[in-house]
Amino acid sequence: GVMMLQLPLVVTAQVDLVLLLVSLLALWTRLSRLSYPNAVVFDEVYYGQFVSLYMKRVFFIDDSGPPLGHLILAFGGFDGNFVWNRIGAEYPSSVSVWSLRLLPALCGALCVPLVYLLTLELRFSHLSALGAALLLLLENSLIVQSRFMLLESVLIFFVLLAFFSYLRFHNTPSSCFRYGWLILSGASCAAAVGVKYMGVFSYLLLLGVASLHTWNLIGDRGVSHVSPAELCVCVCVCVCLQLSVCVQCVCRVVCLLVVPVLLYVFWFYVHLSLLHRSGPHDQLMSSAFQASLEGGLSRITQGQPLEVAYGSQVTLRSSASQPVPCWLHSHKANYPIRYENGRGSSHQQQVTCYPFKDVNNWWIIKDPGRQELVVSSPPRPVRHGDVIQLVHGMTSRFLNSHDVAAPMSPHAQEVSGYIDFNVSMPTQNLWRVDISNREAESESWKTILSDVRLVHVNTSAVLRMTGVSLPDWGFRQLEVVADKLFKAQSSSLDWTVEEHRYGTSQEQKEREAELHSPTHIDVNRKISFWAKFLEVQWKMLTVKQEDSEHKYSSSPLEWITMETNIAYWLHSSTNAQIHLIGNPVSWGVANLSLLAYQLLAAVYLLRRRRGFKDLPDGVWSQFVCLGCVCVGGWVVNFVPFFLMEKTLFLYHYLPALCYLHLLSPALLEHTHTHLLRYFHFNSRMLLVVLSYRTFCPLTYGSPELSANQLQGLKWRGSWDILYRRR
Amino acid sequence: MAKEECISQRNKTAGDTSALRNRKVFPSSEKTPSSPLSKGTHSQTAGHHSEDDAQSSNGTSAQCSTRGNNSEEPPSRVLLMLVVGLSFSTRLYKIADPPHVCWDETHFGKMGSYYINRTFFFDVHPPLGKMLIGLAGYMTGYDGTFPFVKPGDKYEHHNYWGMRGFCAVLGSCLPVFAYLIVLELSQSHTAALITATLLIFDTGSITISQYILLDPILMFFIMAAVLSMVKFNQQRYRPFSATWWLWLVLTGVSLAGALGVKFVGLFVILLVGLNTVWDLWRLLGDLSLSLVDITKHLLARVVGLILLPLLLYITIFAIHFVVLNKSGPGDGFFSSAFQSRLIGNNLHNASMPEYLAYGSTITVKNLRIAGGYLHSHWHLYPEGVGAKQQQVTAYLHKDYNNLWLVQRHGENESQSGTPDLVRHGDIIRLEHKETTRNLHTHLHEAPLTKKHFQVTGYGINGTGDINDLWQVEVCGGQKGDLVKVLRSKVRFLHRATGCVLYSSGKTLPKWGWEQVEVTCSPYLKETPSSQWNIEDHINPKLPNISLSVLKPHFLEILLESHIVMIRGNSGLKPKDNEMNSKPWHWPINYQGLRFSGVNDTDYRVYLLGNPVVWWINLASLGLYVIMVAVASVALQRGFSLGQKRIEDSHVLMREGGQLFLGWLLHYAPFYTMGRVLYYHHYFPAMLFNSMLTGITLDVLLKSADLLLRRPYSDWLQRVGLMVLLFSVLYSFYLFHPLSYGMTGPLAHEAGSAMAGLKWMDSWEF
Repeated sequence: GVMMLQLPLVVTAQVDLVLLLVSLLALWTRLSRLSYPNAVVFDEVYYGQFVSLYMKRVFFIDDSGPPLGHLILAFGGFDGNFVWNRIGAEYPSSVSVWSLRLLPALCGALCVPLVYLLTLELRFSHLSALGAALLLLLENSLIVQSRFMLLESVLIFFVLLAFFSYLRFHNTPSSCFRYGWLILSGASCAAAVGVKYMGVFSYLLLLGVASLHTWNLIGDRGVSHVSPAELCVCVCVCVCLQLSVCVQCVCRVVCLLVVPVLLYVFWFYVHLSLLHRSGPHDQLMSSAFQASLEGGLSRITQGQPLEVAYGSQVTLRSSASQPVPCWLHSHKANYPIRYENGRGSSHQQQVTCYPFKDVNNWWIIKDPGRQELVVSSPPRPVRHGDVIQLVHGMTSRFLNSHDVAAPMSPHAQEVSGYIDFNVSMPTQNLWRVDISNREAESESWKTILSDVRLVHVNTSAVLRMTGVSLPDWGFRQLEVVADKLFKAQSSSLDWTVEEHRYGTSQEQKEREAELHSPTHIDVNRKISFWAKFLEVQWKMLTVKQEDSEHKYSSSPLEWITMETNIAYWLHSSTNAQIHLIGNPVSWGVANLSLLAYQLLAAVYLLRRRRGFKDLPDGVWSQFVCLGCVCVGGWVVNFVPFFLMEKTLFLYHYLPALCYLHLLSPALLEHTHTHLLRYFHFNSRMLLVVLSYRTFCPLTYGSPELSANQLQGLKWRGSWDILYRRR
Repeated sequence: MAKEECISQRNKTAGDTSALRNRKVFPSSEKTPSSPLSKGTHSQTAGHHSEDDAQSSNGTSAQCSTRGNNSEEPPSRVLLMLVVGLSFSTRLYKIADPPHVCWDETHFGKMGSYYINRTFFFDVHPPLGKMLIGLAGYMTGYDGTFPFVKPGDKYEHHNYWGMRGFCAVLGSCLPVFAYLIVLELSQSHTAALITATLLIFDTGSITISQYILLDPILMFFIMAAVLSMVKFNQQRYRPFSATWWLWLVLTGVSLAGALGVKFVGLFVILLVGLNTVWDLWRLLGDLSLSLVDITKHLLARVVGLILLPLLLYITIFAIHFVVLNKSGPGDGFFSSAFQSRLIGNNLHNASMPEYLAYGSTITVKNLRIAGGYLHSHWHLYPEGVGAKQQQVTAYLHKDYNNLWLVQRHGENESQSGTPDLVRHGDIIRLEHKETTRNLHTHLHEAPLTKKHFQVTGYGINGTGDINDLWQVEVCGGQKGDLVKVLRSKVRFLHRATGCVLYSSGKTLPKWGWEQVEVTCSPYLKETPSSQWNIEDHINPKLPNISLSVLKPHFLEILLESHIVMIRGNSGLKPKDNEMNSKPWHWPINYQGLRFSGVNDTDYRVYLLGNPVVWWINLASLGLYVIMVAVASVALQRGFSLGQKRIEDSHVLMREGGQLFLGWLLHYAPFYTMGRVLYYHHYFPAMLFNSMLTGITLDVLLKSADLLLRRPYSDWLQRVGLMVLLFSVLYSFYLFHPLSYGMTGPLAHEAGSAMAGLKWMDSWEF
């Protein structure tokens, strides 16, 4: 509604009753009986655990999307003590189901009036706007997706808001106020991307449309005629014009590029500052990151000396987090003389990488020139380029490598704890310290912060964890080899000192006791927000989920025809159930209008190229704009899925579907006004309403249907509707 | 309508002349016909349109005249001869060295030999390249007897130089083609010369041309296609003339050739396709042409660029299948029907009982392409991987461990006489012939696909438990249908758990001998992974019938071999210990490939681009983007530029754009590929990049007058060119041992010929 204040004090309220009505209907369809079913529904089991972690302030990382979505869900709030492990589990009374589901449902409801307004901004009539709003209102799949603790409705809301506010900006004649819309648009883009990475596609489309408009702006030369007499004035005007074009371009760039990026980073800032406790995903992160979290590693590493010195006792963690994080390890067991395949080994002591804390993970840094294994006072720090020996704390063997093939990766050198068998196999136990993230050439080796490569002096091979498990003789620990440089991803070459203390005991017995004693603690070490942000972001993009099959997964082509459904919930004793099934009539309409638009566009384009102007310019640009936004939106939200290798579900199609629902009434209006003059809007809407009513029981999970009725709803043979045997 | 057309035509001509006239005086008034305030797309297209035509007609006259002059002018001839001479001499120099197998010669040389021996093999690339190699070898007296076992094997007395020479000759054409393309596009000898120099003296291009590889052949066809396309575009003002047809057909032939060598040829097809669409769009907007003319144009292109290449491509495969008619190492990758074609294969002219019967000995093949036979052997699953029972896997090769006995559920042996036939819905046991264990599954998770169940061999001498029972289901069949050998798709549903026998396609670790995992999937969707067919079928009690009915149609073979190739391609996953080259490594020349030799005693050849050339290319890519951005904003904003500069920016935007598109099409797709990638995949893109460099640097040098006044700017231009050419030559002098062979100590040791040239730590020479 629009309010105007006039003098004398009279309030005139213009309220678009239709808009109000659809909004109310939307709220009613999305919010009624929100807390039913009082059980975990489908992906709530996935998002719920993140909400719990937020409540407990425990750090987590979700590779499926940035943190804003989880944050929004966490606003629903509960005490965080519910274990999300099974779909269909009943919620206890401590979980306020209603408030957890409220925000997604609200977003879903607001999409309806947004679509109404968006159609108006695309310069179509109120009737089309009403049509689009109704299509969205009565789309069963959107209703289902909004009513639970899921993120799609939030994503769709922000995407629609971004487009609406951008078009509002574009259509408003110059005023300062219009940049408010542009900023809103940028902010919604950031929010959309922040909720799910899928939002990137819509964001790129919006950028495309905006850059097209900007390009036209650059080409718009404003002043067309120049007479010599006014030349001077003209130059001034020209300069002003150039300047104003420049300013406008810069404004757009700031609002649509800089603001979203900053906001995106801001979501992470909130995320990281909220979550300061260590938790289940610690292991994925670097030691430095872990040390910045409360509990976990920081409890052990606080108060450690910073600089590694000769005589230091250290544990060395491999920087590679695949397959599991692990520490350099050795134990009193030798490599077998012959492997199963007949190859020989050095039969010296095994060196492995071990994924658990253990006293055998301790190594002592030794100066090759001296005998002592204690830190002198003052301590002599180890610097980049220094040559050291590494002594295993419990067995006193030297870390050694030689030209013997490694057990599992025969192309690389074996690494062993050196035992002199007197078989003319000399010690080669010198290692050069190569700090790969150094800032200065003479930088000292720092606990947790430095990534170190240990380069074997004799062969210039680099110590690395291969990620392959050893057989039984190696206790299934991970293989460690020395490998020539550049053969592998760099992260598996780096090692970090995690636990560290200055050794004080000269005797082996004393030393063993010292190694068994816990390390001492007191200072807290911080890393900057940017370092944390970059690390989290990098991990999110690179950590690969094991791609899993799912009973209800589907391929993109099946979405167009709604070949599959997803069963979200089934009552524990009755046939009441909730499915993600769209409204078949409106899906059909959507597909038809997509096809019709493409046909029409092709015909128009070809005819225009041949010089027939079927449409006046204004109408043509309206038509093109409709295509850019709606068809373009469908394409960018659909086609990329063909390239993705992850498990896909029907709900991934919903954003694309919304664009089509936006398209169909507008296209109908276009056809009606410019091509055919007959109209079947009402009858079509009636069908949509009817099929919505038909599928309501599967959308809301009540009333319970009999097996026969369910059978009747199985409109497609491929749908999987559940029947409970009685 | 006619009237309208007439008017618009007149408008157009008027607009054209005005645009032409105005361009010299006041170029910014181009937009006058359309209202200045309309921002819509319409005015945009209209603006483009008129500008287009004006420009093109303008351009032609200019180009025609220059061309007329140039082709007669001696410098162009001399330059061309120089390019040809240098190109051939650099590529053919020391062609026979080293006299041992280098790198992938072991594959492609071997495959060339297969053609000479007519043995069937499987490769992930289409056959043309290897056929040509084989042909070249055959013509030069190579008899196909050298085994090409591994890199480093000495050729001894075998005639290998012919195959190398053939590749080198094709490789020598690349700089020549590049020269001609750039000359045609930019009409500037400087640009063409820069391009040719970059390519001739690039060590990478030399090395990759000198060995028995597919790449020189592929790049030859790619460049030939681009050259013919460019020539064809030049003929646009003489449509349907003989030369027009000639270049059209040549484009089509080259496209077929490119695709016939490697699937990378698709990218150049895309390039030519986009160019053609653009061209047709231009023609459509030319209102002086009638619709009939346009249809003729369209049909000509359909024939020349779609039908002809398709026909040639299919012909290549037809020849491939006709030539390779003997059974060989590639059989197992193909379906049973396919194998029945090959002489020497056990399915060739085979006969066996038609319907599956109890008591038969069978092999069961998965229907996934390259799916493998159901297999078991005397090895147990290791500790920690499900139950410690006998392994069941899928195995690609023929082996007696693939044999299974079909047993009835319950009673062991039926009464004598003709055995009963197995029908859809029957419950059977499958007993492994060698180990007498039953095919078995239970509720343990499978070794790799954790959501599936483990399949094992269980029991002894056929006695097992309830978990050994499987229900036979013929896909698309009804209860009581018989199971046809080879032709029926069969699924095996596990009786107790309801899951279906499934081959996941994942390779088991060492303990499973790197065979393919077999599981029982609880998801009952019908996919090829869960469908099997009965391949061998031995039952002495049943009459055999001939299986010649099986012989597949040519199109079926074609389709199947393509699916196998595509699967093979995406199956080329990087191995653990193999370094994996990333696409971003390539343009910066991060790391090369060892062609031959590792140690300091070996004769070493290292595939690495001349770093100076590659870095110039990289820099000019950036430069190109900046220059185009500046030029297009200037044009769009209507700044008054000189006539010459406007022409330069159009060359940059249009012709440069084509090459940039070519580079992008040959480079960007690699980012989406999951397969293992190598440095040499960048070379086609590098060719486009070098051509773009020629045009970009030429325009940049021409713009020297922005900085300096007239005579000085000319000097600057010349000096710049000389510096450029000299630095390329000098760097070639420095790096030429990379291609022509190095011996002695490695570069990081003192006393090496390459000492001090290891500019990046990642280079391994």
